[in-house]
Amino acid sequence: MKRAFPWHIAVFLAPAFLIYTAFSALPLLDTLRLGFFTTHDSGQQTFVGLANYIKLLTDPDWSAAFWNAMSNNFKFFLIVMFVQNPIALLLAALLSMHGVRGAKAYQTLIFLPTLLSVVIIGFIWQLILSPLWGVSEKLLGFVGLADYFHPWLGDEATALITLSLISVWQFVGVPMMLLYASLIAIPDEIIDAARIEGASSWHIFWTIRLPLILPTLGLVTILTFVGNFNAFDLVYAVKGAIAGPNYSTDLLGTFFYRTFFGYQSQIGSPTMGAAVATTMFLIILSGVGVYFYFIQRKLQRFSF
Amino acid sequence: MQGNRFIRTALCAALLAAGAAQAGNLTIESWRTDDKALWEDVLLPAFNKKHPDVKVKFAPTAPTEYDSSLQTRLTGGTAGDLITCRPFDKSLDLFKKGYLENLNGKSGMQNFPESAKVAWETDDGKNAFCMPMGAVMHGFLYNKKIFQELNLQPPKTTAELHKVLEAAKKAGKVPMALGTADQWEANQIVFTSIGAPYWKGEEGRKALIAGKAKFTDPQFVAVWDEMSKWGPYLAKGYSAQTYADTQNLFASGKAAVVPVGSWDISYYNQNAKFEFGAFPPPVPKAGDKCYISDHPDLGMGVNPKSKNKEDAYKFLTWLGSQEFADLYTNKVTGFYSLSNHLISVKDPVAKQMLDWRKSCASTIRLNAQIMNRGEPNMENGLWNVSSQDLNGKMSPKDAAAKIQSDFAKWYKPQQK
Repeated sequence: MKRAFPWHIAVFLAPAFLIYTAFSALPLLDTLRLGFFTTHDSGQQTFVGLANYIKLLTDPDWSAAFWNAMSNNFKFFLIVMFVQNPIALLLAALLSMHGVRGAKAYQTLIFLPTLLSVVIIGFIWQLILSPLWGVSEKLLGFVGLADYFHPWLGDEATALITLSLISVWQFVGVPMMLLYASLIAIPDEIIDAARIEGASSWHIFWTIRLPLILPTLGLVTILTFVGNFNAFDLVYAVKGAIAGPNYSTDLLGTFFYRTFFGYQSQIGSPTMGAAVATTMFLIILSGVGVYFYFIQRKLQRFSF
Repeated sequence: MQGNRFIRTALCAALLAAGAAQAGNLTIESWRTDDKALWEDVLLPAFNKKHPDVKVKFAPTAPTEYDSSLQTRLTGGTAGDLITCRPFDKSLDLFKKGYLENLNGKSGMQNFPESAKVAWETDDGKNAFCMPMGAVMHGFLYNKKIFQELNLQPPKTTAELHKVLEAAKKAGKVPMALGTADQWEANQIVFTSIGAPYWKGEEGRKALIAGKAKFTDPQFVAVWDEMSKWGPYLAKGYSAQTYADTQNLFASGKAAVVPVGSWDISYYNQNAKFEFGAFPPPVPKAGDKCYISDHPDLGMGVNPKSKNKEDAYKFLTWLGSQEFADLYTNKVTGFYSLSNHLISVKDPVAKQMLDWRKSCASTIRLNAQIMNRGEPNMENGLWNVSSQDLNGKMSPKDAAAKIQSDFAKWYKPQQK
C-alpha cells in the first residue's frame, strides 16, 4: 500500500526552515564564499582562492593578532568554564536542598543580571572598579586590604581576567537554572532509597545526583563554549574594538569586528572579515564536533 | 481580473505618492549625535528661513558605529542625501567607490581656502568631494583657581610644564587629568598635539610622507620620551581611567591641567564651576616657534544616489555661507568654521584657542593623511603604543620602532 506524502510535516516545518534558510544558512554560505574574494579600491571583488586565509595565518601582523585573540579567547573560556560552572553547580545544589528559606528570592536575584544589557553591566563594573571614584577600593579598605587595590581593567596582566569574571557574575544564573532544573527532576525515591541504605548527603551528591545531571553539565559546557567563542559585546562595551591595553583583551569577536567593519580610521574589509568569520565558525564547529563525538555520545549511553 | 487591476493601480499610486513625498526632503547622515538638538533648533530653522520648501532631517548614528552603518546603507542604496564626511582616507575611500559626488566648482566651495579643502580631495588635489565644515584644535586647559592659589603661570616650554605639574603635585592636587583606558586620547590629544612643536608641524609631517624622516628620528622619539615622564603626574590608576573619567576629574576642580580638543570647551562650560583658561602645546626650548594641531574634522558630501540632488546642492551652498560659518562657530563651541569668512568668536576660551593661529603654525594630526591608509593601521597603532608609553609599559624607543616598522611595511617611500 502506498502511503500518502506526509504534507503536514512539510507545512509545519516550513516557517522555521524558511526563516533559518533566509537569515542564517544563506548568509553563512555567503560568508564562506566571500572569504575567497578580495576587495579592490574601487569596491570590486575578485576571486583569490585561499589568499585571505594564507595571509591570516602566515603574515606576521595578521597571525600575531589572530593567535593573540585566539589564546585570549581560550583563557576567557577556561576562566568562565572553571569559575562560572562550579559556582553555578554549587548554587544549584544548595538551592535544591529541602527547606532552604528564600530559595526563590535567591534564584531571582542571581538570575537578574542575566537580564540586563551587557552595555549596562560593562558600565556599572567600570564605575565600581574605577580607581577614581569606584567603591571597590573603599570596600577593600574596610577589611584592611586597600593596598591590594589595583586598576584591574587598565592593566595588561589583569584586564582579561577581570572581564571574564564580570561575565561570570552576569551569566552565572543561566547554568544555575539549568542545573537546578535537572537536580529537582531526580526522583525522590532514588535519594530516599540511598538514605535508607545509610548514604550521607555528600555521598549521595557525588554518586547519585552528579552522575544523573551529567548530560545537563555537558549541555552547559557546550553552551559556554559556543557563547564564549562568539563573545564580543562585553569587551567592546568596556574596552572598545582595539581591546586595550595592548590588545590584552582582544577576542576573536573584536578582532573580527575590526577587520570586517574597520575601526576609527582603519577601513574595514568585508572579504578579509569573512575569512576571519569563517575561521571562527570552523573553530566553533570543530569544538562542538569533538564534544559531540567524544562526550555527548558517552553521556547518552550512560544515562539511558 | 478586475480586482487585480485595482490592486495594481493602488500600488502604482502608492509608489508615486512615496516618490512625490521624497521631493523637497533631505536627510543628513552624521556621527555627531551630540549636535542633534543644535541642528534641529538652530541650524535647520536658519536654513529654512531661506528655503522654506526644503525639509531637512538630521539623522545621526553613534560615532563608533557611523562608518560601518553608513557603508552598509550606501551599499544598499538607503543612505541619506547628505553625508557628513570624516577627514582624509575614510571619505576618500567612499569617493573612490563612487559613494560621494564630485563637488568641483559647486557653489559655496569658493569660500574655502585650499588648506581647508585638503582633507576632502583626491591626492592630486584635482577632485573635491566634501565641503569643509568644521575644524578642531588641540591644546591644554588649566584651572585658573588652582593656578592662582599656587601662583603659577601657564607654561610656555616643556620645562615650565614640568614645574607647574610638580608644584600642583606638591600642593596635593592631581597635576594632570588624563587616562589611557580608552586609548585614543593618548594619540589624538596628546601625541599629535604636543608633538607638533618637536617635529615642526607640517615640515615633519611632510618629511614622513616623503620618506625623508622616520619615526625613529630624535624629533619623534622625543615626544614619546616626554610623554613617558607624565605618569607620576596623572591620577592614581590612570590606566583604567576613561575619557569620561578625565572630563569629570577636571570638571570637579581636582586637576590643574587637562590636555584637550577644542570640542571639550562646551563640556567644561556646562560642567565646571570654576574659571578655566587655555594654553597651546609647550615648546621644547624657550624661544622655539609654536605649532598647533588644527585639524579639519567634519565635511559634508552629497550621495550620488540621492533623489533630490538639486536641494542637496542648495543646502551645500548654504553651508558655505557666512551665516552658517557664524552659527556653527558660535553655537557648536569648539568647532571652528573652515571658511574664509570673518567670524567673531564669542566664547572667550574658544577665542583664545583660535587666536593661537596668529602666533603658532597650524598642522593637522600627524597621521591623518596617507599614513592611515595601509595595513597595519597607523591610527590604531599609535593609540596602542602611545597609551602604553604613558602607562610606562613600553619605552619611547620601542614605541617609535614599532610604528616605524609597521609604516615601512606597506609604504614605499619608507622602505628605502
